[in-house]
Amino acid sequence: MSVTETPVIASALLTNEVGLHARPAVKLTMLAKSFAATVELALEEDGPWVDAKSPVKIMRVKAPKGKLLHFRASGSDADAAVAALVGLVARGFDENGGEDADDA
Amino acid sequence: MMPEARHRGRPAAPGFATGRVVALGTTMGTRRAGGDPARETAALRGAMAKAAAELAALAAGAADDAAGILGFQIALVEDDALSAPAFAAIAGGTPADIAWRDALGDEIDGYRSAEDETFRARAADLCDLRDRVLTWLGGGGTSHSVALGSIVAATDLPPSRFLAIDWRAGGAVLLSEGSRNSHVAMLARARGVPMIVGLGIDPCRLAGEALVDATGGELVLNPAPATRAAFEARRRSHEIGAAEAASRVGEPAVTADGVAVAVHINVAGPDELASLSPAICDGIGLVRTEFLFAGEGLPDEETQYRVYRRLAEWANGKPVTIRTLDAGGDKPIAGLTADGESNPFLGMRGIRLSLAHPEVFAVQLRALARAACHGALRIMLPMVTVPEELEAARAHLDAEVAALTTAGVPVVRPPIGIMVEVPAAALAVECFDAAFFSIGSNDLTQYVTAAGRDIAAVADLANPLNPAVLRLIRMVAEHGRASGRDVSLCGDAGGDPEAVGALLAVGLRSLSVAPPALAATKAAIGQVDLGRRAESAARERR
Repeated sequence: MSVTETPVIASALLTNEVGLHARPAVKLTMLAKSFAATVELALEEDGPWVDAKSPVKIMRVKAPKGKLLHFRASGSDADAAVAALVGLVARGFDENGGEDADDA
Repeated sequence: MMPEARHRGRPAAPGFATGRVVALGTTMGTRRAGGDPARETAALRGAMAKAAAELAALAAGAADDAAGILGFQIALVEDDALSAPAFAAIAGGTPADIAWRDALGDEIDGYRSAEDETFRARAADLCDLRDRVLTWLGGGGTSHSVALGSIVAATDLPPSRFLAIDWRAGGAVLLSEGSRNSHVAMLARARGVPMIVGLGIDPCRLAGEALVDATGGELVLNPAPATRAAFEARRRSHEIGAAEAASRVGEPAVTADGVAVAVHINVAGPDELASLSPAICDGIGLVRTEFLFAGEGLPDEETQYRVYRRLAEWANGKPVTIRTLDAGGDKPIAGLTADGESNPFLGMRGIRLSLAHPEVFAVQLRALARAACHGALRIMLPMVTVPEELEAARAHLDAEVAALTTAGVPVVRPPIGIMVEVPAAALAVECFDAAFFSIGSNDLTQYVTAAGRDIAAVADLANPLNPAVLRLIRMVAEHGRASGRDVSLCGDAGGDPEAVGALLAVGLRSLSVAPPALAATKAAIGQVDLGRRAESAARERR
């Protein structure tokens, strides 16, 4: 088992119509929680970083559409965690451009 | 096995239902006695766990969109970041309910301050979550979510609470107090939810399997098999009668002796029209615009215009009478209506409130004038007491029409009429230069009989068939006929088959009723023989 000393960092563009709102925030935190690594998110490269496993804190970020989301993870599966989260954001949270019923 | 028990109350919304009784607590908003921090911490943890479990159960049975909303709330309540400030406050000696309310209040403020409207809208989810946990903290074993098809028992039920319940799978309402004239009863009739009021028994003592006959006003708990069979037979025969009336709902209403009566519908929102055809009625006699003001913040011109236009287009050329905001009384609107009036029904409500807030009124008038390009729209003013109020409203309308015209916005100036619900307006009806009159029999009755519409103890006095009320209706109908002005009635009496004969006898030829009452009202009109009624009335006078 290799423990990553320096954090893994990557970013993805937020393309959803209404940004990182309720349902995407729940999806993102659930995915983050499936990893052992600590995972954090920020709107700027130099932070402030917030816990990507907390839906309450993610919602406080109020990330709008068009923002670049930065992820930072450290821990045994940090690489996989960041890759998974970047993938989720890049895929538009698998919402298929459909109506965001919970935010209608 | 519990023995069978029978209770009688007053029918407030007709219909039959069977199901399990769910008693709603009245703990919302009540203060609880605080304990030491350890106990308060445990109390909040327990309430949060119960709320989360309740949400999970709700989400399991919900449609995708609702499950998404509930899933968001579950994610929040399970996140320690949400409750951390509350637990910190409890450690400092704050009672659990106040600590939770304050913590959620700060979070809600954060959402409300968002630039993006979508984020702002999520504040409602946090309010919902806050109240759900508070209900459990208050010791209430029931929260504001109710299983589908439940028979809901309560002392009284605020309209908002009624609307929060999903009635699509059936169910009924049992109130120990309440009145058939209350707004919640009106909503129940409009949605076809059976309701009995004035049962006079502590709702917490109602439990088990129930048969609800809200047409006759009888409740049976834990029915014996024979009772259940008799109930089902009564329900079936009632449904056959209703089906017979429903099959003829598209026909024009005519009395037994051939007098035509116009029957319109009362609408509290465009959603009610989704399953209705304009062919079954003579138009919309009353649109209650309060629903537009039910959300957070006041609705803008564009929002109102779109809704009014949709109503006008639905009616397909038939008249659509839209009442300007009728807030106040028992219909408060945050930030607009006055708090703490000693008698809100005699206070700032209806047109009085609109004239006191011309900036709010103007938005509604502009939206109405724009929507009038798309159908036969009419503006109706509620609670008019003196002719000056009508003239002031007319001046506002003219000013807005002129301003829109100057700006090149297409508008039509709709005819402007008044509700007749204040006795002063009924008695001096000839002083009002209104395009039409619509009798609001609910308020007219409560003001003439001095019997509040939400006070169960005087409910029998608040009778729209009181001779004094009928005399006023006759005066208004006669003035309308003599002056060539349209007169209708849009109160609940119009949809009461027992009252229809008396209303036609005093000269009304136009009624407006809740959509579910349309078929029964037309059937009741068909039973009325005005010629014979006039003869027997003349005989009695001799």
